Amino acid sequence: MSSALSQSAVNLTIPGESMPPNRLLRAYAIEAKYETLRMLRAPAFAGPFLLLPVILYLLFAVLLFGPGIAKDPRGALLTFMGFSVFGVMGPGLFGFGISVAMEREQGLLKLKRALPMPAAASLVAKLLMSMVFVAIVMATMAAAAPFGHLRLTAAQLLSLTVVNVLGALPFCAMGFLVGSISSGKAAPAFVNLFYLPMIYLSAILLPLPKSLQWIALLSPAFHLDQLGLAAIGEASVGAPATHVLVLAGVTLLFTALAQYRLSRVG
Amino acid sequence: MFRAASGKLGIVLQQQTLAELSRATKRFGAVTALDQLDLSVGAGELLALLGPNGAGKTTAISLLLGLQQADGGTARLFGRPPHSVDARRQVGVMMQEAALAPELRTREQIELIASYYPAPMDVDETLRATGTLPIARRPYSALSGGQKRQVQFALAVVGRPRLIFLDEPTVGLDLQAREMVWATVRKLVDSGCSIVLTTHYLEEAEALADRVAVLSKGRLIASGSLSEIRALVVRKRITCRTRLTPNEVARWPDVQTVNLDQRGLHITASNTENVVRLLLDADPDLQDLEVQRAGLAEAFSELTREDVQ
Repeated sequence: MSSALSQSAVNLTIPGESMPPNRLLRAYAIEAKYETLRMLRAPAFAGPFLLLPVILYLLFAVLLFGPGIAKDPRGALLTFMGFSVFGVMGPGLFGFGISVAMEREQGLLKLKRALPMPAAASLVAKLLMSMVFVAIVMATMAAAAPFGHLRLTAAQLLSLTVVNVLGALPFCAMGFLVGSISSGKAAPAFVNLFYLPMIYLSAILLPLPKSLQWIALLSPAFHLDQLGLAAIGEASVGAPATHVLVLAGVTLLFTALAQYRLSRVG
Repeated sequence: MFRAASGKLGIVLQQQTLAELSRATKRFGAVTALDQLDLSVGAGELLALLGPNGAGKTTAISLLLGLQQADGGTARLFGRPPHSVDARRQVGVMMQEAALAPELRTREQIELIASYYPAPMDVDETLRATGTLPIARRPYSALSGGQKRQVQFALAVVGRPRLIFLDEPTVGLDLQAREMVWATVRKLVDSGCSIVLTTHYLEEAEALADRVAVLSKGRLIASGSLSEIRALVVRKRITCRTRLTPNEVARWPDVQTVNLDQRGLHITASNTENVVRLLLDADPDLQDLEVQRAGLAEAFSELTREDVQ
């Protein structure tokens, strides 16, 4: 130990204050790497969000309603799209919501604020982690699509993956806000308050009664679903630009609220 | 490290101040956590911040780290506002309550924190220097309480900071690990690093500190070298059951405080031998006589009482 420290003492005197750009970039990359690794190592988190969408898709589109869907190409497509959006929502809402709440509660966020962590590193790392998870979910969904009587071209799958990976952002922002407000223990319940009603009210899996259909317009999941349909050249409701605006607006609004809350309360 | 200033008597070397609170006040609702506190940390010194729970030690550090804003007065870190990232790139931190990511291994935790600094120590060098090499591959969740503190200590030093804040660094450590932390701290100070240490252990401050600042109720009640502070806290406490009243005993020489409760009479005195002799002379039926060195917290709370009076 003494040799290590006495050797380091020579260099320890006056380090530079500013961070070279390559080291700054490296700090972001390492933060993202370990955020993703952390989540992949947490089976309680990784399992449900990586596997649940494809398992439920196979259950509904193959086992339960396979014969019906085989004769209904539009139904097969909408089922696939719905479970894909379902897969996009989880990592952002739960990944952000629970991990930010836990980190606040356990003092990790405070420690990182005291340390010279680049300002947005934690946020960017969690966004990238959620996007990596969505990319994995999309890969599993693409692999399962043929069993659901769906034929999508590689270009269509690629477009849909790009849309859905970026589509994780508004759900990350919503999770971020929940995480900035709630305690670690309460976070799953809070997130479910968003998550479960949104699955139903956005009509991504089940059609809404006519009188309730307007509610879907309030849900980012509905807009992402429709944007995905437009991206693969299928019939969709509303203009793609409107969907992009809504999703971007939700992302900015919820992120700003969460940042405001964290800057005031920590 | 040092700034030269010219004057009539020639060149005077003035110690550089790395962190400073001036007239810093912080309130939490009705509670005043810091009350116009002046505190500075010089280059290359180890300052021990001592005081009972709720004295304001952690709040003082939080202001210096930019985690909280002062309601009055100022906090500066390397001459900048503490929330400046450039200032914090010269700072290492070990907090009392921080729980690190349970899924990450020790080596990964160190690599992550090292990435925040412009010129950190090598990860292997840090593992060796802090005694964490044997647990390098173990996830944080599988470590004992003492091992977790060792990892947190490694994170505080990995960035080669010029100033390190250590909040109760040896709580929960076994003797060997504590010696290793102390030895590493001494080497860091020898190499020019400054350290702010908060501790409940007087022996820890005695083993390491150049200067001691005693806080109580958010105010600085004593500050000075170790020997100066030691002189303030070298008192003993006498407890006994006696028919003598507190007023009688309070008039005796060397007696500093007298309190009576259901356990008997509690006396603090600078010369306990004299006071014991007087007690036995004055009350031959005296019972349950005990003489103890006053604990640090007791000594500090007495200092506070005197300070208020």
